[in-house]
Amino acid sequence: MLKSRDLFIVSFVCVFGVFFVASNFADRFITRLPEDPKIVSKDLDLDFQLIAAAQASVVRPRDGKFDLGRIATRKEIAAWDRDISPDGTGLPVGSGDAIDGEEIFSERCAFCHGDFAEGLDNWPELAGGLDTLADEDPVKTVGSYWPYLSTTWDYVKRSMPFGYAQSLTDDEVYATVAYILYSNDLIDEDFVLSNESFFDVEMPNANGFIIDDRKISESHFWNKKVCMSDCKTDVKITMRAAVLDVTPEDE
Amino acid sequence: MVDNFSDKKRSRRQFLAGAAAFGTGATTAGSLSASGDDPLITEVQEWAQITGDGVDATPYGLPIEFEKDVVRRNVGWLTADTISSINFSPIHALEGTITPQGCAFERHHSGAIELRKEDYRLMINGLVDQELVFTYEDLERFPREQHVYFCECAANTGMEWAGAQLNGVQFTHGMIHNMEYIGVPLRTLLNEAGLNAAGNLKGKWIFVEGADASSNGRSIPMEKALDDVLVAFKANGEALRKEHGYPVRLVVPGWEGNMWVKWLRRVEVMDRPVESREETSKYTDTLADGTSRKWTWAMDAKSVVTSPSPQSPITHGRGPLVISGLAWSGRGSIKRVDVSVDGGKNWNEARLAEPGTKMALTRFYLDVDWNGVEMFLQSRAHDDTGYVQPSKEELRKVRGLNSIYHNNCIQTWWIRSNGEVENVEIS
Repeated sequence: MLKSRDLFIVSFVCVFGVFFVASNFADRFITRLPEDPKIVSKDLDLDFQLIAAAQASVVRPRDGKFDLGRIATRKEIAAWDRDISPDGTGLPVGSGDAIDGEEIFSERCAFCHGDFAEGLDNWPELAGGLDTLADEDPVKTVGSYWPYLSTTWDYVKRSMPFGYAQSLTDDEVYATVAYILYSNDLIDEDFVLSNESFFDVEMPNANGFIIDDRKISESHFWNKKVCMSDCKTDVKITMRAAVLDVTPEDE
Repeated sequence: MVDNFSDKKRSRRQFLAGAAAFGTGATTAGSLSASGDDPLITEVQEWAQITGDGVDATPYGLPIEFEKDVVRRNVGWLTADTISSINFSPIHALEGTITPQGCAFERHHSGAIELRKEDYRLMINGLVDQELVFTYEDLERFPREQHVYFCECAANTGMEWAGAQLNGVQFTHGMIHNMEYIGVPLRTLLNEAGLNAAGNLKGKWIFVEGADASSNGRSIPMEKALDDVLVAFKANGEALRKEHGYPVRLVVPGWEGNMWVKWLRRVEVMDRPVESREETSKYTDTLADGTSRKWTWAMDAKSVVTSPSPQSPITHGRGPLVISGLAWSGRGSIKRVDVSVDGGKNWNEARLAEPGTKMALTRFYLDVDWNGVEMFLQSRAHDDTGYVQPSKEELRKVRGLNSIYHNNCIQTWWIRSNGEVENVEIS
């Protein structure tokens, strides 16, 4: 894992080296490492017991037809099972506020998302856009569009920052999410976002979604009697792609 | 205007005269000597005298240099960076239905990673009797299945909602590929872990994620998971390519490509959907009134003429013309395709190269005798659920202009009398 993470950093720095200072990343990488060795070894002991139990499958047959694979250890499951559900299942104990979040955001997120989460260039804007969803150009952000706060926490922890994912501690994720909420005027700057205060936050577009209704709202696309001849009299060009001229061309 | 080729036979002389009149298509005719002899035949050519490459000149072959334009292409202005981006299969230049892996579109959220088989682990956890970890080797020991399926990005044709925008079928319809997959049904792996712990399977879900930095988690209802979802490790006879999730990806037949998680590392059995970023903030379809549809997984029936098309103009002049296209449905198989050469005034039933199969591309043809007048080419797919591909107007009427995803409208190509082709919208 560490090796592949190293590779990731190397490739990230190569691509974004123009914009990022490599030592900045190296510093962050070092701060990531400390862990209580006692706890690790304790867990390992437990793991070995579990693996031993799994390997003793001759005397304790599993239900599987093929008896392939092995039992996952508790620590392995904890390492990968990090998804957060809308009801808060999976949220770790922790907290952070927008003030701490601003610092993290400006250091690790603003490069793409802008200091105020407004989005730079083609990178996603995370704030603003309230009440624009029915407009000609809807602005879809955490504040204007995302229905569940759990999604933001899950995604920031899982996939961000871009190029160095899974590097934020749980408290840092709470703080970063708080800053995104603050940028959307959804919380005050002194609001402490935690696993306990999580549902005090109201997401403006929580009721903005319907489950796929195509079979009803588009039922007329089924079993349509199609016209095969003399279906219309006039055919006129109403729009041409060549006029817009945004098609990439080979060099 | 244009006749079905079988309806009318033209003399070779007429055909050549037509081709010569166009100039562009008169290559062969133009190289004939006054006597009508073709020097490519009458003179000994270099390749007929000297020897060619030996075996092993290219241990793993690439297409010959003359085909170097048949490649994936990116639309630079679409995304901020190629690491989180998409490119397009060159469907204007491909034939049949199988997409070669080397030019099958790519979509990455955090780049294509290199994950060795030896480092690969797949975890099944959550509401199962035994939470398990499989190695790559384990997966190869389960009974396998082989299926051909298309994989279409939900955003395919997404840039065309507001109007004709990109001038090439590669760009309007190229977020699709179609491969023959080998893998283990997900059902087999879930049963190996045991689903008694999940109780009543109705209303249960799985959450799937990848090993890359994005991990791209998606929730899939249990019903689909137990139906036809495949944990695939080979495509088109060989290992998956890095860019398609080597060594293992999920195949979710007929459903939007985003759910086909690459570098699959975990399947969790759950009693609810996660409502991840990729199933709330993205891959949801905003309607005109600002509400959005979610869980729009199935790809609606769709078709497009791949040639002639803007990148594949008619260069041979009037006479026999093969109109070739692709059709598919995420709900079943293609039963029929209609083609119009006059912008939908009249339609002809196209010939299917082979009967349609479930959630796979179907090739269709209309063989015509083109008399050189302009055409408005359209195709209309019918699937075995009775669904008929709608016009752009019909689609906009229900969905507005801001759905981004799931644009399966009828495409119009304007063929001009000189053989050039342009992406247009018509009345």
